[in-house]
Amino acid sequence: MKLLGFIIVCLTGIFLLYGTSDLPDWGDPNSPASLHLSNHYIEKAVAETEVPNLVTAVLADYRGFDTMFETAVVFTAGLACFLLLRDFKPKQDRYYRHVPTGVVLHFKDKARQLRVGTEFESVDKDWVPSDMVIKTVCRILIPFIQIYALYVVAHGDFSPGGGFQGGVIFGSSFILLAISYNLKTLMKRVSEKFLGIFSAVGVLIYVGIGVIAMIMGGNFLDYSTLAPLVPVDPGHIRALGMLGVEIGVGIAVMAAMAIIYINIVSQGRHDEGL
Amino acid sequence: MLWPIDLIVLTFVIVTAVAAISVRDLLGTAILFSVYSFMMCLLWAVMGAVDVAFTEASVGAGVSTVFFVAAVFSTSRRTKD
Repeated sequence: MKLLGFIIVCLTGIFLLYGTSDLPDWGDPNSPASLHLSNHYIEKAVAETEVPNLVTAVLADYRGFDTMFETAVVFTAGLACFLLLRDFKPKQDRYYRHVPTGVVLHFKDKARQLRVGTEFESVDKDWVPSDMVIKTVCRILIPFIQIYALYVVAHGDFSPGGGFQGGVIFGSSFILLAISYNLKTLMKRVSEKFLGIFSAVGVLIYVGIGVIAMIMGGNFLDYSTLAPLVPVDPGHIRALGMLGVEIGVGIAVMAAMAIIYINIVSQGRHDEGL
Repeated sequence: MLWPIDLIVLTFVIVTAVAAISVRDLLGTAILFSVYSFMMCLLWAVMGAVDVAFTEASVGAGVSTVFFVAAVFSTSRRTKD
């Protein structure tokens, strides 16, 4: 069986490599892809949208409808993780650590609880002593990661980047907090409700900008019709519309990444993780 | 395109891809996938597709590795086959 699989993989690989010989060369100006629509984008995009980064212009303006559904896919991924994994029954076992002595108490029934404060702290089952170096470095690093994520979102129309990348970087700053401290620290700062609402709000911002454009009398996601609403130079309105949808994408992706991580790592119980 | 860089990166892509499916330790596979994604990211950057390279670095090498490690953490570390 293993040999058969190996032969099938080799044959498929050979056929795929044979197929690539038909593809046009890298950067061939006579290939079908660069003959028709690409010329329009490359020649006219800066004049029409005032966005120097052509990739963002194509993604968020000319192909804005595609990107809207990509955002919806990310939102659906977060929703599916929540629906499949979320477990609302809290675990019976609880562990408390007496801070002055370091003794860990294990409570097996649900009724008995200790007040968490300066004397006792609740810990994970596989509790390891927290390392001061890791904690301090992560605490200093996380704000800079978040600022960088905001920069990537805001600067997406001038340099590489945009809503997806910025949202992923912002979401991974939450994940870093959960890994360096513990999952409870993260859940105390960003609640489940906050993440759920924000992942929906991000998609809603994107669709909302499209619908407002329709109300103003244009096509869906035609940012040029938003000009009377915003007091800026009308030539710059499409760049501004792109920034708006990128912010929506960033919010949705940020929340979806955090939801997926929290649900996978704690098996849906949101109590302890990596 | 600088062909020595291209050749080295392509070799690493193939080596990590084969290693990722043949290693029995799933945590090792997760890390090898991360290396694979980073090599793909370098390949995109060499080709001039910086936006794609950025996405590959943040999503492929960054967040998806954490998801794999989290999934290994809550299931088992060894494969059966």
